[in-house]
Amino acid sequence: MENLKALAYELRENVIDMIVEGKAGHIGGDMSVMEILTEIYFDQMNISPENMDDPDRDKFIMSKGHSVEAYYAVLAKKGFFDIKDVIAEFSKFGSQFIGHPNNKLPGIEMNSGSLGHGLPVSVGMALAGKMDEKDYRVYTVMGDGELAEGTVWEGAMAASHYKLDNLCAVVDRNRLQISGNTEDVMAHDDLHERFRSFGWNVIDVADGNDIDQLKAALDSAKETKGKPTVLIANTVKGKGSSVMENKANWHHKVPNAEELEQIRKDLAAGKEAALHG
Amino acid sequence: MAKIANKQVICDVLLEAAKKDKDIVALCSDSRGSASFTPFANELPGQFVETGIAEQNLVSISAGLAKCGKKPYAVSPACFLSTRSYEQCKVDAAYSNTNVKLIGISGGVSYGALGMSHHSAQDIAAMAAVPNMRVYLPSDRLQTECLMKELIQDDKTAYIRVGRNAVDDVYEEGNVPFEMDKATFVTEGTDVAIIACGEMVKPAVDAAAALKEQGISATVVDMYCVKPLDKEAIVKAAKGAKAVITVEEHAPYGGLGSMVSQVVGSECPRKVVNLALPDAPVITGTSKEVFNYYGLNAEGIAKAAAEALK
Ligand SMILES: Cc1ncc(C[n+]2csc(CCOP(=O)(O)OP(=O)(O)O)c2C)c(N)n1
Ligand SMILES: [Mg+2]
Repeated sequence: MENLKALAYELRENVIDMIVEGKAGHIGGDMSVMEILTEIYFDQMNISPENMDDPDRDKFIMSKGHSVEAYYAVLAKKGFFDIKDVIAEFSKFGSQFIGHPNNKLPGIEMNSGSLGHGLPVSVGMALAGKMDEKDYRVYTVMGDGELAEGTVWEGAMAASHYKLDNLCAVVDRNRLQISGNTEDVMAHDDLHERFRSFGWNVIDVADGNDIDQLKAALDSAKETKGKPTVLIANTVKGKGSSVMENKANWHHKVPNAEELEQIRKDLAAGKEAALHG
Repeated sequence: MAKIANKQVICDVLLEAAKKDKDIVALCSDSRGSASFTPFANELPGQFVETGIAEQNLVSISAGLAKCGKKPYAVSPACFLSTRSYEQCKVDAAYSNTNVKLIGISGGVSYGALGMSHHSAQDIAAMAAVPNMRVYLPSDRLQTECLMKELIQDDKTAYIRVGRNAVDDVYEEGNVPFEMDKATFVTEGTDVAIIACGEMVKPAVDAAAALKEQGISATVVDMYCVKPLDKEAIVKAAKGAKAVITVEEHAPYGGLGSMVSQVVGSECPRKVVNLALPDAPVITGTSKEVFNYYGLNAEGIAKAAAEALK
């Protein structure tokens, strides 16, 4: 198997290129979610450009659609499109690579960007799987700030009501949103209890930027029967460079020349450590 | 002088008023930064409510506050405030007659390349269709200030949409013609009437100047009060012209163009051309690139006006 830890850093470099070239991007959440997407797409899911029409393949919804740059990097690496095109065209006039997932592009199931839609949509897709007695699994990734949307909890209720053990949600628990710390904006430190009380199997991932821990959690989710599983993945917003890490103002930001130099150095070091560390 | 965005003016006016009136409350949904409301939150924390990313909650909480004597201003991106919270705007704000002011920021295609989830091209249609809901799209910072000073005085619900970035002034500082719920005649002409709202007023005024050079005399009406629509102004403008052009940063259905066409069709029939965004997700680009692509600029408006007269 490929070294997924190193791959996550390589994909981060793609994201930085996109954001610098396109002069826009939700950089902080891209960095925090990278290992989650990498583990789901390169280890867990049965999905590729070749099997998109296969009704039995797994499905994914990027509920925190603003982290589209990370999603583009992953899909490009999967072969859905060329990363060079994404970097050259992202956010530019007439581009198909817009600032949120769009299902005109290969590999993207649903349009997202308005937070709080991904889980209920995933419930529908998982429910269809149950109706048709298919074995596919449905994955969705949400932000922690996103969890304030009531629709998330309406979806959560329905998922356990219909015993959707083919559904797995991951919360990118980076503890930041636009206005600052999630606990100051709208507190939900008892997240695990909340999901449990909604009938979910809850798995805490102590380090949500650790591929091994994510793998163990997602493998165990597959074995859980009779209820949906949610991973509370404790991540670091801006993960990969001290320039961005845990800084609320890096939610959406384009690095300047000096910051960029440091970020590139840090990411290269991260990749090196993953390969040889 | 450095221009400020209309949303910034809204914060400035409210902050001043709220210092004297403790019942004025601002509410945001993880939107205080983009709304330019951080100064309000910092200076008057006791009159600021953060709901997190929960726009439906934002509007219902505002209605509850209003019911108990507060004067709430719910400030959130126009796309989410108008359609995500539509039911709450309809039932809890308008139908229940609560004094909720809905401030839709970064309206229209302000969010550019972020795509259709972030564009509000349906908000005029949606909001105007609700009984009791007033709909305002001010054109520049000076008019925004006049409008907000009026709205602070009343106790009825309203939806106000402004864009993300600072825009060029339509009016002169210290000399802003403004009457509440009456459209402003920015220029008066005899050949064609251009009726615009929001940030389309400035290009309409520029189009009138360009038309003048071609020997075409244009009236420009700033219909900031989309609802209650100033029908008298529409009839007056249309009667003095051979054709009417409407311009709006909105979908082609149910917005200013539709409403003006209804009035002209029944009161003083003549040709009406509606300039608007397409009935499709718009092309990727900044709002300026989008406007240029669809002819929602001075050149496009002037061209449409000249053609309508042929
Ligand atoms: C319904 C909705 N409301 C508001 C926004 C604007 N918005 C984009 S990202 C964001 C903050 C998201 O925070 P979080 O969910 O914690 O994501 P992350 O930290 O992973 O970036 C907000 C408010 C949106 N996209 N959708
Ligand atoms: Mg977060």
